[in-house]
Amino acid sequence: MANLAAVVGIGQTKYQTRRGDVSIAGLLREAAVKALEDAGLGFDDIDAVIIGKAPDMFEGVVMPEIYLTDALGANGKPMLRVHTAGSVGGSTALVAASHVQSGTFKRVLTVTFEKQSESNAMWALSSPHPFSPHLNAGAGGYFAPIIREYMRRSGAPYDVGIKVATKDRLHGARNPLAHLQLPDITMAKVEESPMLWDPIRFLESCPSSDGACAMVIADASLVSESPKPPAWIRGVAMRSEPTMYAGREEVSPQAGRDCAADVYAQAGITNPRKDFDCAEVYVPFSWYEPMWLENLGFAEEGKGWKLTMEGATSLDENGDIPWNCSGGVLSSNPIGASGMIRFAEAARQVRGDAGAHQVEGARTALGHAYGGGAQFFAMWVVSADKG
Amino acid sequence: MSEEREMITGIEVPIYLKYHFTAGEATARFLSQVRQGKLVGQRCPSCNNVYLPPRGSCAACGVATTEEVEVADKCTVESFTIVYIPIPGNPIQPPYVIANLIPDGANISFIHLLSECDNDTVHRGQRVQAVWKPQEEWDYAMDNIRYFKPLDEPDVPSESIGKVPVTGWEV
Ligand SMILES: [Zn+2]
Repeated sequence: MANLAAVVGIGQTKYQTRRGDVSIAGLLREAAVKALEDAGLGFDDIDAVIIGKAPDMFEGVVMPEIYLTDALGANGKPMLRVHTAGSVGGSTALVAASHVQSGTFKRVLTVTFEKQSESNAMWALSSPHPFSPHLNAGAGGYFAPIIREYMRRSGAPYDVGIKVATKDRLHGARNPLAHLQLPDITMAKVEESPMLWDPIRFLESCPSSDGACAMVIADASLVSESPKPPAWIRGVAMRSEPTMYAGREEVSPQAGRDCAADVYAQAGITNPRKDFDCAEVYVPFSWYEPMWLENLGFAEEGKGWKLTMEGATSLDENGDIPWNCSGGVLSSNPIGASGMIRFAEAARQVRGDAGAHQVEGARTALGHAYGGGAQFFAMWVVSADKG
Repeated sequence: MSEEREMITGIEVPIYLKYHFTAGEATARFLSQVRQGKLVGQRCPSCNNVYLPPRGSCAACGVATTEEVEVADKCTVESFTIVYIPIPGNPIQPPYVIANLIPDGANISFIHLLSECDNDTVHRGQRVQAVWKPQEEWDYAMDNIRYFKPLDEPDVPSESIGKVPVTGWEV
């Protein structure tokens, strides 16, 4: 049986298009120092540093972990890097948590980041391979046909994605750290925005952001040394599946369903819509909200879009299960950090420390990330209750 | 004459990268036959699904695939998107259609370009066929097929997509 661990400190940079004032090392240190301050600790209190980011070509700088050792106070300590494509922020948090739960370390600093302004992720995702034509379509080109298939199967109205895009930006307008600040957004404005990858419009897509997110994860025995309420880690799970095999269910991947079942069983979640107070779920393109509502068991297959349209996932409409109160990936997307931001924002909610996007009285929340061709999944359940 | 200058916060550093692609047995076999203008996949001995391009194994069953099966260059549209976004270095002029296509005789889709079509009427189940480059330009690449274009054939209903035999679709 694993030891109990908790999040005792969280630090995030302000997400924005370009942070020209700091290097990559400076950006990470900013998040790390904030997390340590939040935890009432210093670098000396940390046993190991675990970082994560997306592919190196996203910045053009290879092996950043090599020169981040000093910036993150890792002299004389173990340091390692995790990589699982877009889900890396989530899996990095889980690798950090597992090192505490296993008793290997008592306190771990974990930091994830992307400085998208330094290169071009769309280009980096479109490198040529001889076994496939070079179509230069980026991530949207991969996910748009899958979204189209979801729309066909569910018979969802065309404006579900538009609703998600609007709702998440209204959430983001409550979060001063969110990259996009669009308090005046309307469904009409989203609908009028240019089509990028039919059916995905410009305003239904995530931005490109610079930013870093850090957390301090501590063993239960040390939690009282930090001043703010902890977010107890009640369940952790990761699953992977191959990108391509005959009969693969791409709309609702098996790995996502299995990962959710595992993490729910650990945390005693039997009815996710009822048992969670909120969720931070990786939604880089608007339609992934209804798709993940189904994949994660918040709604029956084919009915996720109804929750979205009823306002169930909206803070502004007093929904019963708000999703992405921070504004989500649709409001901020420093790719390597995006998964960890979900995990950290879930923790902020149960610590009662989410500011203007706080769900009142939140006790239990889900953090979720996915990556690759929707083939890597990482999830945790955090709670104000030790369990 | 001192001009006020902005502080330099970054410089542009280009990276030039050439890499050698080691295809492995299954992909090398596939590419050497694409060079001859043939699409040759592999059948899974366990579930009988035909993979194109072959990967040397069936990830669903966890077994090696060795039996080679030539599939048609006629395909069915499984899903698609119309790309409007300009991406750096892209020689293809948007808007263009990319589609998940399942060749007759195969059971899994690959993506390719659709052209000579009305973008607004592209649909799931639509029948298309490869337009190959001139033979003298063929190389070890899927780019030997320039694009796919619509065929004047009846649509494949949803439940039969991915199950069309190599002999083609007949109502
Ligand atoms: Zn098989």
